[in-house]
Order: sequence, then C-alpha cells, then structure tokens
Amino acid sequence: MSNTAGRIEPAITDIEQLKDHPAMARLLSWKRDAITEAKFDRDELTITIDRAFIRDACNILKPEFNFLSDVTSVDWLPSEPRFQVTYHLLSHKLKERVRLRVMLPGGQPTVESIISVWPAANFFEREIHDLMGIRFIGHPNMTRILMPDDWEGHPLRKDYPVEGYR
Amino acid sequence: MATLSNMASAEMTEAGTMVLNMGPQHPSTHGVLRLLLEIDGERVVRMVPDIGYLHTGIEKTCEAKFYQQVVPMTDRIDYLCPMTNNLCYVLAIEKLLQLEIPERAQWIRVMLNELTRIASHLVWLGTHALDMGAMSVFLYCFREREDILRIFENVSGQRMMTSYFRIGGLALEPPLDFFDKVRKFAAIFPERIDEYENLLTSNRIWVERTKGVAKLTAEDCISLGVTGPPLRASGVDWDLRRDMPYSGYEKFKFKVPTSTEGDVYARYMLRVAELRESIGMVKQALEGLPSGPIKTEDAPKVVLPDREKMKTQMEALIYHFKIVTEGFAVPAGEVYQAVESPRGEMGYYAVSDGTAKPYRVHMRSPSYANLQALEKMCVGRLLADVVAAIGSIDIVLGEIDR
Repeated sequence: MSNTAGRIEPAITDIEQLKDHPAMARLLSWKRDAITEAKFDRDELTITIDRAFIRDACNILKPEFNFLSDVTSVDWLPSEPRFQVTYHLLSHKLKERVRLRVMLPGGQPTVESIISVWPAANFFEREIHDLMGIRFIGHPNMTRILMPDDWEGHPLRKDYPVEGYR
Repeated sequence: MATLSNMASAEMTEAGTMVLNMGPQHPSTHGVLRLLLEIDGERVVRMVPDIGYLHTGIEKTCEAKFYQQVVPMTDRIDYLCPMTNNLCYVLAIEKLLQLEIPERAQWIRVMLNELTRIASHLVWLGTHALDMGAMSVFLYCFREREDILRIFENVSGQRMMTSYFRIGGLALEPPLDFFDKVRKFAAIFPERIDEYENLLTSNRIWVERTKGVAKLTAEDCISLGVTGPPLRASGVDWDLRRDMPYSGYEKFKFKVPTSTEGDVYARYMLRVAELRESIGMVKQALEGLPSGPIKTEDAPKVVLPDREKMKTQMEALIYHFKIVTEGFAVPAGEVYQAVESPRGEMGYYAVSDGTAKPYRVHMRSPSYANLQALEKMCVGRLLADVVAAIGSIDIVLGEIDR
C-alpha cells in the first residue's frame, strides 16, 4: 500500500491520446520527430523535446503559449541522460500551462539558449549555468549569477554535498 | 555575484561616461542589491544588476529535508509574504499527493493570504514613499502592518516567520479571538487606505516623481517575464487568483485592477486598489467561513493527528511517530504550482522520486524575473529615477537570491 491517502490517476503517456492538447497539436503539426515523449500526469502536460529542436519548438509554441514562466533543471545522477532542463510555458489566452523538457548527457551538458525567443530566459539560464553547470549556447553572458565568480563546482548537482566542501 | 575586485572606479571611461556603484548596502535597494550604473552626467546609459549576496542555497537544503520540514524554509524566501510562500509550497505537495483540503482550511488560507498581501503592500508603500522623501507615509503604513503582524502572532505564534500552513491543511484551529481581531482590522482598514491616499495620490511632489517614470509596455513585460502589479499596470489583465484559481479563490468576488500607463504612478495606484480588493476578500472570508475540520482526515500517514487522539488511539500515536521520525513518501512525479504573490507569479516546481524527501524543489520567484526589466525602465532616465523604479517593482532580495 502506498504511503498516502491521495488517489492518483495513472499518467497518460500515449501521444495519440494527447494530440488534442493545444501545445501537442501545434508541435505534432510542425514536426513529429521533435517529440520524444509526452506525459499527462496530475493535470499537467509534460512534453520531452529532442535537444536539437528546443528553440524551434519554443518558437512554434510562442504564438499561443506567449509567456515563459520559468526555466529550471534537475540532476538525475546516476542515470543517463543525467540532466533535465525544464521550461514552463503559460498561455494567457487559453489559461493553460505546458511543461517542456530536454534531457542532456552528463559529460559537457549543453543546450541551445532560448533568449532569442524570450529575453526572460536570460537570468533563468544563467542561474542553471551557475548552480547546475549546464551551458546554454548562444547566451550573450554565460557567467555566474548567484555564486561568487571564483566559486568551484555547481552546488545543485547531486554529487555536491549539502554542507559544501569543507 | 561578482567579486569585489571589479568594483566600479570613479575614473572616466573613454566615452566620457562614469561607472557608478550603487549598493549592495544602499537603503533604496530594499535589501542587498548591487547595481553597476554607467552614467552620462545624470542620465543612465547602462545598468547591470549584481545579485547573489543573500544566496543561502535553500533549494539545495530542501533536498535534505523531509517534505514537512521544508515549510519553515519557504517563509525565509520572501520574508514579506511568508503565508504566500507557505501556501504555494503546500499546494504543490498536495498536488503531488492529490490531497483534497477541507473548505474551512482553504478559506482561512485565503483570508491569511490576503492579509499577507496587505502587509506586504504596506511595507512596499512605506519604503517606496520613504525612498522618495515622504517620511510620514512610512509611519502610517507600519502602524497598520503592526496590526496584521499581531494577528499573525495570534494565529501562528510568530509575527513574521509564520509556517502556519501544513501539507493537508492548517497547523491548528485559530484561537477564539482571532476572527474578532480580523473583523476589527477589516472594519478600520478602508479608512486607513484613504489616509495614505490623502498623503500621496494628488501630492504634487509624488506625482512629479512618479508619473511617466520607468515606463514598461505590455510587450516588454511579456518578453521579459514580468508578472504581478507591473504587468497589470502595463495593461495586461492577468491575475492567477482569477484566471487560474487555487485554494478556493474562485468562490470570492473581486476585481482585478489594471491600468495602461505602465509607469511608477500606475503601479502605485494599482497596488492601492489591490489593498481595497484584498480587504474586501478578507471580509468575504469572514462572512462566508464554513465550519468543519481544518485538516484532511483521510490521510493519516501525511497529516499529524490531533493531540487528543494521540492520547486515546494507538494508531494515531503510531502515525505521529512515523511522520515525525521518517516522514511520508510522496509518489514519484513532478508538478508546478503557481500563486499570485504580492509581487507576481510565485511558482514552486517540485520533483518527487517516491521517497520522503523532495528530489528537487525550485522556486520561480517573481522579483527575480521582474528585476530583468529594471534596465529597460531606467536607461535614458535620470539617476534619481532608478530609486523610483526599484521601489515600483517591489523587490525582495531574499526571494531573488534564495
């Protein structure tokens, strides 16, 4: 028995069943190959995009999902691909959100910057670079933002101790 | 965060401009914000914000705590609106667990959130006016803020770091005199808003300092990720409480004030209008407050049992022991929950791997995104307007640096 009382509906992962979602429909009519996975879980849609197409996918979604809420990252050490970059898009018109994610390999993780689509990504991408060590190609100022410039390591990685190195 | 070695110098650059260092210890930066300003005479040519002085690694710390132990840390992110952050975090985890919250708890949450918004806007109004030389407004605002902090102390035992919300409901039933205190406050507050407005709204100096200053268009706001009052003051009619309701906000009647001016004065008028709407919602919550439990009763493995039950029921004692010593497992998955904080869209992204500790918690803080718009607001304007611009986006550095 699970440890909670909440009744959780099983996630839908079949792309066919999700094709009516506005974000999904847009992406499917553009390029089916860009989508590697889709998941509808707890009322939220997550679409995994091939890392080569993330900027284009954002451009395709922008007319409808006009607002970039957040960009963040997760470290899935020790699995491979190790890093996940998560984008939360919001549609003011449809009052709906969609989550895009890109999976990146552990060695030299890089992904294209989406600053050209939303300048709002600037600080978010710098923060990920600073704390998780993922490089965004095409970012005009890929420097640390929260940690001191001469800091070593990336604190949010799972192999970085919570107490820091002493 | 940049090192001190590249502190600005007073030497002139080749273009004849001067690089000026503002902060991090500067009263009008509302915390420890450092701005590198390139100025030509008194006009701002370029601005680079330098943040990170308050970075405490809260996101990393969360990964080492049980789910319920994260609640007190959410207070410390944005110390001006602790309840909003508590709410956003518990809503995110409740979404992960798919827990239903009793109505009474939801209504009390809304009531406290609107009081928090009022308290936060009062600090903003007081300090913003103080920055621009209107000292007395500050004293008026902090008088009422003190009343709200007393209400918070009454309900949670703490003035500022409340941590009153729990995953599954509230910590305790509010004390008996709590509702009377809120009622008393709700009765006097509308007049107090008139008092602030008397001091500022048609004050010549205030109008001169704020009208037409630090303008943002709707397009700027959307492309730079600006949310909250600055977004609404630029003509985008968007409020998460109304458009994507959470915690029972759909049951409340309120207007979402907007403006198309997009300047500091518009943001001021908008927040004052929000004060009136918020106190209206507090009154609605008082009148319509349903009775019933204040925490979910069908999730004994998540919600701590009542003290009484622990003395009479074996299971309650066992559950209490297990929750406190080993936490509770949350089914694997990821959620993003956003609430309308006084500053804009506060979002929590929580990832669970099925254990009792969150795998990843990320806070999307409104000030962090709003800060990106500061350069757009200030370039080409006078140095003195920078102070007005910072005040008008209601920046909280604890939330930016986390």
